[in-house]
Amino acid sequence: MKIVYEKSRGLTDVPMHYCPGCTHGIIHKLVAETLVELDVLGRTVAVAPVGCAVFAYEYFNCDAQEAAHGRAPAVATGIKRVHPDNIVFTYQGDGDLASIGTAEIVHAAMRGENITVVFVNNAIYGMTGGQMAPTTLVGQPTTTSPLGRSRLGQGAPLRVCEMLATIEATAYIARVSVHNIPRLNGAKRALKKAFQMQIENKGFSLVEVLSTCPTNWGLSPVDSLRWVEQNMLPAYPLGVYKDIEGGT
Amino acid sequence: MARKLMKGNEAIAAAAINAGCRYFFGYPITPQNEIPEYMSRELPKVGGAYVQAESEVAAINMVYGAAGAGARVLTSSSSPGISLMQEGISYIAGAELPCVLVNIMRAGPGLGGVQPAQADYFQATKGGGHGDYRVLVLAPANLQEAVDLTQLAFDLADKYRNPVMVLADGMIGQLMEPVEFSPYRPAAGLPPKDWATTGTVHSGGRQRVINSLYLYPDQLENHVRAIFRKYAEMERTEVRYELYNCDQADVVIVAYGTTSRIARSAIEKCRRLGLRVGLLRPITLYPFPLAAFDLVVERTKAFLVVEMSMGQMLDDVKIAVAGRRPISFYGRTGGIVPTSEEIVKQVQELLGGRGA
Ligand SMILES: Cc1ncc(C[n+]2csc(CCOP(=O)(O)OP(=O)(O)O)c2C)c(N)n1
Ligand code: SF4
Ligand SMILES: [Mg+2]
Repeated sequence: MKIVYEKSRGLTDVPMHYCPGCTHGIIHKLVAETLVELDVLGRTVAVAPVGCAVFAYEYFNCDAQEAAHGRAPAVATGIKRVHPDNIVFTYQGDGDLASIGTAEIVHAAMRGENITVVFVNNAIYGMTGGQMAPTTLVGQPTTTSPLGRSRLGQGAPLRVCEMLATIEATAYIARVSVHNIPRLNGAKRALKKAFQMQIENKGFSLVEVLSTCPTNWGLSPVDSLRWVEQNMLPAYPLGVYKDIEGGT
Repeated sequence: MARKLMKGNEAIAAAAINAGCRYFFGYPITPQNEIPEYMSRELPKVGGAYVQAESEVAAINMVYGAAGAGARVLTSSSSPGISLMQEGISYIAGAELPCVLVNIMRAGPGLGGVQPAQADYFQATKGGGHGDYRVLVLAPANLQEAVDLTQLAFDLADKYRNPVMVLADGMIGQLMEPVEFSPYRPAAGLPPKDWATTGTVHSGGRQRVINSLYLYPDQLENHVRAIFRKYAEMERTEVRYELYNCDQADVVIVAYGTTSRIARSAIEKCRRLGLRVGLLRPITLYPFPLAAFDLVVERTKAFLVVEMSMGQMLDDVKIAVAGRRPISFYGRTGGIVPTSEEIVKQVQELLGGRGA
């Protein structure tokens, strides 16, 4: 018999706690496969966020540190400065990265910190029960914007890739999605590129992955994928926002 | 090694490097700026790294990452900056990471002022951040002691896998005194840092995780109890204090850091006035030298607590004396340093004006 598919050894055997249809698990898989394919798993240190991915350290089969809410880029900075030969990445949600941790992400980018950031944008605070995030779409109802996010007083989505791409010291910034197979393959390529940048000491890399939250969006897993396509893509255009090697 | 005239902040920074500290993360604030300035200049020369963080919040989380990666790491700040670090300090204690923190206290509350104060005693010794934890706190009264305690702080941090704070004030930070650096060797028997996240290639594939999350209450209780066994051990073995002139003292002054220096000159003035006054100087503020009070309480008539605050260590003195003798308090705050004359006057009032 021929093995056609295997769980990546970049993941542990611990059963994931994510809700059915949540794409956090898929993103974990892509990151794990990337680390194995680049042959850096053994020298990788993951930094887990506070958010639904708080247990990421149980799933990634590498050393890890659990950061305080929003502070993963600072923690990663501490690790990387001590061991520049380690491959250090943060895995952060949109509340973690784009709200409480905005200073840390902007300044890690500003320093050109040679780390990789996996930014999982599901337009909501998943872990705490579906509150409004800075990335929530205008009109999107959440438990703290029950009538839908209002541009007046609650503003409009913070576009992290667009913002960080203006920072001179960044090396690679891309937004991808995993709502269908072609997009998923594209996401994998972007992750590979981002980690490759770090391996080659090129500086700060970030991949924003549009992700689902069926539980707090109140949608079925299939409808959630459709919702990404129909509602998130227009607000969050996919693409490479910065690549110092000139690729797109 | 020759004695060297140094400023307090620089002496502390030099001591940290002498003790093998190679990483510093911090954010500028008066009156401790000479520490990051010294580190930014000297760390690259010894193969280390200085990072100017975007805030004290970021700085303490960089410390967390570096400590978790196994390094000897320092941050320093002054009162408002230390307030910002409290969440991170709680995480560091919870994740059982070693690191050294320096607080060169200034006057508060709020933005307060930049003059010396001792009003962060509660914050330093009673937790500061959330949850059940303690920080081991060392309070130097002169620059040689600041050097020695800073070096000791790194050993204690590694020994207990807990943050250790050097708590001084703007006076100590800005003062110049001769100091001597002896060749430093880490304390014997420090545990290996086999928990550090250096990549599983260095651990035979065994995953290391730095973490303070325990969602099951029984697990968290066990974890906290284990941490508190370390604190019990500190309370048994790490208490440090100095008794000066206490043998015949009618009044024992209790003071630490800068105020203990002033108390010492007040004691000399009292001697000339025929007043018998001693000094009990806590060097570790946590663990507090409770048992030291038992050594002097029988012979003394009263205690006088002197602080540059409205009375914070006072609470610990009350616990230590436990009602056996009267306790008076003299405090100046807002950045005002008490004079020895003021302290003499307090002693005279206590002793009913005798010997004036
Ligand atoms: C200092 C602090 N504030 C608030 C929280 C509560 N909290 C935990 S997770 C979270 C939001 C997480 O949302 P996001 O980062 O988008 O991750 P997701 O769960 O959606 O993947 C919040 C507010 C916390 N743990 N710490
Ligand atoms: S709450 Fe949302 S983000 Fe969190 S695991 Fe469930 S579906 Fe995923
Ligand atoms: Mg989210």
